[in-house]
Amino acid sequence: MQSTIAISNLQVQAGSQPILTDINLEIPVNRITVLLGPSGCGKTTLLRCMNRLNDLDKGLKVSGRILIDGEDIYADGVYVPGVRQKMGLLSQRPWPLPMSIAHNIAYGLKLKGERDKRQITHKVEEHLRQVGLWDEVRHRLGAPATSLSIGQQQRLCLARGLAVQPSIILADEPTSALDPTSSKIIENLFRQLKQQYTIILVTHILRQAKRLADHVVFMSDGRIIEQGPPDQLFTNPQSPQLRDYLVDGN
Amino acid sequence: MRLRSIYTDRIASRLMVIMLIAILCMPLVIAAGLFYKASPLLSSSSLWELIAGSAWAPTRGVFGFRPFIAGSLYVTLFAFLFASPVCLLAALYLTQFARARLVKILHPVIDILAGLPSVIYGVWGILVVVPLISFLAEDWFGVQTTGYSILAGGVVLAVMCIPYMLNMLIEVFRTVPAGLKEAALSVGATHWETVKHIVIRKSLPGIFSAFGLSIAKAFGETIAVMMVVGNSIGFSLNPLQPGYPLPALIANNYGEMLSIPMYDAALMFAALLLLVIILVINLVFRFIIYRTQLR
Repeated sequence: MQSTIAISNLQVQAGSQPILTDINLEIPVNRITVLLGPSGCGKTTLLRCMNRLNDLDKGLKVSGRILIDGEDIYADGVYVPGVRQKMGLLSQRPWPLPMSIAHNIAYGLKLKGERDKRQITHKVEEHLRQVGLWDEVRHRLGAPATSLSIGQQQRLCLARGLAVQPSIILADEPTSALDPTSSKIIENLFRQLKQQYTIILVTHILRQAKRLADHVVFMSDGRIIEQGPPDQLFTNPQSPQLRDYLVDGN
Repeated sequence: MRLRSIYTDRIASRLMVIMLIAILCMPLVIAAGLFYKASPLLSSSSLWELIAGSAWAPTRGVFGFRPFIAGSLYVTLFAFLFASPVCLLAALYLTQFARARLVKILHPVIDILAGLPSVIYGVWGILVVVPLISFLAEDWFGVQTTGYSILAGGVVLAVMCIPYMLNMLIEVFRTVPAGLKEAALSVGATHWETVKHIVIRKSLPGIFSAFGLSIAKAFGETIAVMMVVGNSIGFSLNPLQPGYPLPALIANNYGEMLSIPMYDAALMFAALLLLVIILVINLVFRFIIYRTQLR
């Protein structure tokens, strides 16, 4: 099933300081949407609103609506872990859980109530294959996940997210800690995965945005300045902010 | 000028190395001193007789340390059983569930508790814990006791341990990176599942090290325990009976009964035992920490 994300009138404040102002956004299904903008423009905050990780920051006040499959995830009585399972998260640096490689993948499955060992073993292999990690780790599935290289760890984290059957992938500058080769592997994976998943990628690397984006949302100072197809935005920017950003980034 | 700064640099670094070596030598020097002073006893009786023997008749030259060793271990065990769950749950609550403001208020309170002189805990033990144990033992089990007991020692020691252990555990749980918790939350774990599966698991080496350091510290604690434990030689598994831990033996008798031959050497041997047991506790916990880090 494909999820749709629609955001309307989203505001986020830290005390009296606005972090995000008047965000209205529809994320296209089965595409890579890139949230682009200078550091501190609110891209990550916006991403974290979508899976309610912002709840951890008690100082933030969120108002407005984020509809996922038509359901407002900020409505009262929403089961937040369920919302989060609809999305795989990839952070700036990989965070393998303090357990073995196989258990990292199995963790989310077990949380979802999967008890059948054969099914779990099958899923572990399936998702490690999906991120191209199976051949590298098949002989040491019981080894601690931290024994992997950082690039492998990031792919493991992607596989862990995919194992809970999300329909959306949230990626927050997922290549910023990786070497060029590992970054390329992740980018290629995203190109393949967009057939099945809606991907939202936060980046401030202009070239990465150009390589991957199907839809670009340019943000500055907590607002969406411009959005549209990459050809249009990168060749014919309408706002002075994006024009300056493109000049500085090239 | 340049030559001068090179010399200053060299002297300063040499001085630091010398100080470090001096610190590292301290336990060795102490152990050697204790061993030297205890050696007359060691040459007159075998090590096994001393450790495993339970007869204590200094005037006849019979020294069996088993009741003292067992008393020390028993009091420490009770202290650990009382203190560790309290500290574990309190530290988890303060770091994972409570608002940051509460931690800010509580931290100085814990520091004050940790800084209280142990004699104050001892007085509190005599005034509150001992009578309470005496009352409850009679009320619940129909057992007559003065209240001066292993149990009283364990309770007082636990209360003394709590601020120390709690402070360490708070630091341990604080160092779990937020990104790791978010990783668990993002695959659908609830807050409690994240704490149980990730925070505690990631902190295991730290938890063991906090436990180990607290136990080692508790084992050598003297004054407060001595004030409530009864100090009667002999050992019973019944925690309502009095006991006589090693540190209390040394503190009570050193300088008083030294006219008895070998008594001086016996007390030095007790001190050496204390040192060795604390060393063994530390090594055991180091090993456990090493094993948990490997996982």
